[in-house]
Parts: sequence; C-alpha cells; structure tokens
Amino acid sequence: MQLTRTQTARVHSRRSLTDVQIQVLFIAPTIILLVLWNIFPLFYSLYLSFTEFSVIKPDVPPAWIGLQNYNKLLSDPRIWQYFTLTGRYVVTTVALQAIVGFGLALFLRERFKGSGLITTLILIPIMMSPVVIGLFWKLIYNPAFGIFNYLIGYSVPNSGPDWLGEGSRALWAIIIVDVWMWSPFVMLLCLSGLKAIPDYLYEAAAIDRASPWFQFWRITLPQVAPLLLIAILFRTIEAFKTFDLVMGLTGGGPGDATELIAVHLYRAAFTRFTTGESSALAYIILVIVIAVSNLYVRSLNRIRGENH
Amino acid sequence: MADIELRQVEKRFGEQYAVRPLDLCIKNGEFVALLGPSGCGKTTTLRMIAGLETVSGGRIILNGQDVTWLKPSQRDVAMVFQFFALYPHLTAWENIAFPLQAEGERRENIQRRVKEVAELLQIEPLLKSRPGALSSGDQQRIALARALVRRPSCFLMDEPLGALDADFRETMRSEIKRLHILQNATTVYVTHDQIEAMAMADRIVVMSQGVVQQVGTPAEVYHTPSNLFVAQFIGSPGMNLVKGHWADGVATLPGGNRYTPPPDWPEALNRGLSSSGVIVGFRPEAVHIHPNGQLAATVYSVDLHGAYTMLVLEMGDDHSIHARVSRDAHFTVGETMRFDLNPSMVRFFDPKNERAVPITNRN
Repeated sequence: MQLTRTQTARVHSRRSLTDVQIQVLFIAPTIILLVLWNIFPLFYSLYLSFTEFSVIKPDVPPAWIGLQNYNKLLSDPRIWQYFTLTGRYVVTTVALQAIVGFGLALFLRERFKGSGLITTLILIPIMMSPVVIGLFWKLIYNPAFGIFNYLIGYSVPNSGPDWLGEGSRALWAIIIVDVWMWSPFVMLLCLSGLKAIPDYLYEAAAIDRASPWFQFWRITLPQVAPLLLIAILFRTIEAFKTFDLVMGLTGGGPGDATELIAVHLYRAAFTRFTTGESSALAYIILVIVIAVSNLYVRSLNRIRGENH
Repeated sequence: MADIELRQVEKRFGEQYAVRPLDLCIKNGEFVALLGPSGCGKTTTLRMIAGLETVSGGRIILNGQDVTWLKPSQRDVAMVFQFFALYPHLTAWENIAFPLQAEGERRENIQRRVKEVAELLQIEPLLKSRPGALSSGDQQRIALARALVRRPSCFLMDEPLGALDADFRETMRSEIKRLHILQNATTVYVTHDQIEAMAMADRIVVMSQGVVQQVGTPAEVYHTPSNLFVAQFIGSPGMNLVKGHWADGVATLPGGNRYTPPPDWPEALNRGLSSSGVIVGFRPEAVHIHPNGQLAATVYSVDLHGAYTMLVLEMGDDHSIHARVSRDAHFTVGETMRFDLNPSMVRFFDPKNERAVPITNRN
C-alpha cells in the first residue's frame, strides 16, 4: 500500500513537467558540455594570455602581466617569419586547390560513362584522417622506395630529391598533399554550382554568337563565383590552421622549414609549456582568421548582390 | 533580311515523331506565326530553325544558304525566349550589349547601338538594373532589345508573351508588331494563343501533333479552315460543327432541321464526300436570325458581351452551337427561334477524313 502510493506520486510528478522543463532537460547536456569544453576555455585562455603561467607548474598561480605576452610575441621576428610562411602556404595551396578543383568540376560536369564513379573516387581523400594521410604520404615521398619520385621520372632508388628532408622542398611536399586532399572539396562545391546553371543561358549565349571562351568568362565563371568563393573561404580558414597534416609529414621540420603558425603554437604550448604566451598567440591567430573571413564574406555578399 | 525555307524538315526521338516532315517557305520580311496546342511541335520547329535542336531529316535554307548543320552562332538569327533567358548577373545594359561584345564590336559602336535600341523600346531608365529587379514586362523588353541590337536577318520568338500578365500582353503585342513593321525583319513567332497569331501574323502555320494542318493568312485559316482541327482551334469559340446526313441535295441535321445549301454546291459535295455523313461548319457570326429561317433551335443561354451577345443554342439533343447576334436583340432562355446561315461562312467537312470539302466557285 505504502509502495504503491510513492509510485503514484512519482508518476504524477513526472507527468506534471511542463513543455519548457522538458525542453530544458533535452538541451541541458549539450549546453553543459559546450560551456565546459568551449566557452569556459575560450574565456579562461583569454585570461591566461595576460598572465605568466605554465600548466606543468599548477602550484604556481597565473601572474597578471598585462600585455607583456602580446608585446613579446609581436616583436619577435621568428613569429613574423612563421606568419609569413603560413601566409605563403595558405595562398599557394588554396589557389592551387581552387584551380584544380574548378578544373575537375568542369571536367565532371559533362555526364559520361563512369563519371559518377570517378566523382566518388575523387572524393575519397576528403574522407580520410589527415594524420593517416600524413603517414602514408611519408611513405610515398620516401626517397629510397617511395613511388612519388618514381612517378616523376626517378626510376633509380635514392636518385631523386628527399621531399620531406630538404628545407626548400618540404613546404611544397605539404602543399602537394593538401591540394591532393582538398581539391575534391572545391570540386564538389563548384560542381553543384555548375549544375545549377540553367541550360537556357547557354542557349541564349549560343544565339548571341558567344564563343565558348566568352561563355566561360561571362556566364560560367560569374555564375559559379559565389560557391567557388565559399569553397575558398572554408579552405583558407582550414589552411591557416593546418596542423595535423604537418605533424604527420614533417613535424614542422626540417629545422623550422615547415613550422606553420599552428605547428609553432603546438610546440610552444605542449613542448615548452609556456601556457600564457601560447594563449596570447592563439588569440592573435583567432583575430587574423576572423579578419580574413570577414573580407571573404564581404566580397561574397557583393557578388550575391550582383546576382540578384 | 532573309528568306527561310524548310524542306522536309523532321524531328524524331527514336520512333516518336515530334515534327513530321514539313515544308515551309517564309518570305523576306514576313511575319509567320506557328500556332498550335502545347506539344504540337511548334517550338521544336522554331528551335530547329535556330539551330538549338538538330534535325532528324530534311534541310533548312536561310537566305539561300544551307544551314542545316551549322551552329546557332553561324546562322544569322536572334531569338526571344519564353522566359526571357536574360543573364541574371548582368545589368540590362550588359545583357543588351552581350551579343555585340561577343562579336568583339568596338566600344563606341556598342555604346551607340545599345542606346539606339534602348530608345526604340523606351527602356533607357532600366539599363542599370539587373533582370531580377525588373517586372516581367520590362524583362521581355530587355530580351527584345538584346535580340534587336545585332540587327539579325531574322527573329525567332518562342511564346514571348506567354509569361506576361494578361493586361500587359496586349501592349507588348502591339509593340512587337510595331517593331516588325519598323525593322521589316523576317519573324517566326511561336504561340498557342490564336488571338495573338491572328492579330500579328501575315501568315499562320497551324500545327497539331507534329503535323502542319494548314498554312494561310489569318483570314484564310479563320474563314476556310482546311480540316476539323483548324476549324475548332481557330476562333473563340471555335467553329460550330453540326453532324448530319447528306442526301438529295439536303443536309439533315439534328432536331429535325434540314439545310439546303446554295444551288451550285450539291454537285461539289456529291463529289467530295466519301459517304452520306457530313459535318456542317459555320462561325457564330454566320447565324442570321430570321422568322422564316431554314433552321430552328432552342435558346440555352444568353451571354452579354457588351459589343454583341453570344447565344448558346440547342439543335436537337445535346447539340449546342454558338450564335453571335446584335446586342439589341432580346431572347429568353427556352424560346425557340429560327435562323439562316450566311452561305459565305459555311463550310462542309467529311467526317471520315475530317477534311473540308472544297467548293470550287467560291472565293
């Protein structure tokens, strides 16, 4: 008797939950995780960036030093060197991806036998983990038995260049892998843009006596531009943060030849454990990424405005 | 300016004919309308002339030159599409200039000619806007300007008014007609709207199911349709078609009516009809109300149209006909009235082959 009464009470209290309470229950786990893993670290690292602190010395509390970390970083010529290197890397790899991706999209736009299969095959690199890709490209680049040198014409082992071991080539080696991996992404977006161009525009252009070249510049390119720009925006942000691919391939070396800013950040934070200073660097990178994205979004909006 | 000649032009998709072998000669400066219900092959015919569709057989001769296998850009044609097909990312000015720029025309010439054509169509204030910001009527004006600017030898128009609002259609109709007169360019105009075709064309090509039914002036297709399809399709409402029997110089019609044609007709009818069946066709305005008329019918409904009155009459069971009468006449539903037919507006058809029976000595 006693038992049944408590049971009824429990059922009753559960039933009396309002819709809002149920919604809160569903959302709460996500919110809690988001606050713990994203929001809190975001603000905590902002605080740390103004302090002298190292995580491996948890008994020494963070000491407030104001803008000193930022001052030190921004006047360090090595940081500027890494930023320049990253900039060169980003511009080269994104430009190549845009050209290769757009070219592939133009090629796969025409339906032919096996075009669906080819599209799927081309997309495979996107689905793989960058660390895995880094490791197997390390084998591909290997000067003794790698297939890369063989394919570009060095049939005798060890006669070709050591792509990952020479400072002047290592960055290009990473660019090649990044282009191989991410051109399909650009292709995918461009392809959907190309397929959305209505046929009648080309019919009108044919009647208007436009050459294929003229049609490409005046119809195809402007029509795909918004999607191409979105692809470039995503790729630029990602390329700016490139880390895992470099770690898999060169670990930032030889020396600091491929020490992109994200790699440098990792080294500062987790090998030298200068937590306060690395937090400041992370914030500098964040501000740059936001600034660059804003530029893109602005030009995207301009193109969109023209299309409507 | 150009002549267009189609010789046995046909379009097949596998075994299916979109257009059956077709012969057509369009004279320089002529305005020809391809008229028919949707799916009759009129647009396909136009697109074959443009070069947007390859022919399955036959030849297309433009200006004396065989263009059958030439690309659209190699034929001197301009086209106005049903849904305008303007370049959405370009301004009106850039749209109009497009064909000139594609040809590598000099900058000052482009400026001048776009200005000229914009003045002609009175669209100067729109030139800076993009198509998306314009009304459909204005978009169609831009599309017309783009077609006009290159001064091609012939214009192809694919239902150019189909996407416009009804009240705007009439304005654009007279505008196209005016342009045709000003430019005197050969024009092929596809439409499913017979009023449009009647109002604009020098000649009308009536098509149905890939077959040309009749080629003639608007007056010819209206007054002397060559078969039942044309008789029904042209005119709103179409021609009245009354089934009957032909014997001894008299057509017996439903409701006990007997129609005796003018004296010189029976001979031609005896010769032309394949059996005793006949279909008597006459336009609503052929009905002439007269107390001693040969025919009788019951008034089913009276529709006032302002300028005239349209009566729906019943001849016998379920055999309704339209009669167009003076707006001053008064009728009540259910009353029986007598009428005659104006013989110059009567046409006999053979129900077997659905063709009109030719009466030789009539104009």
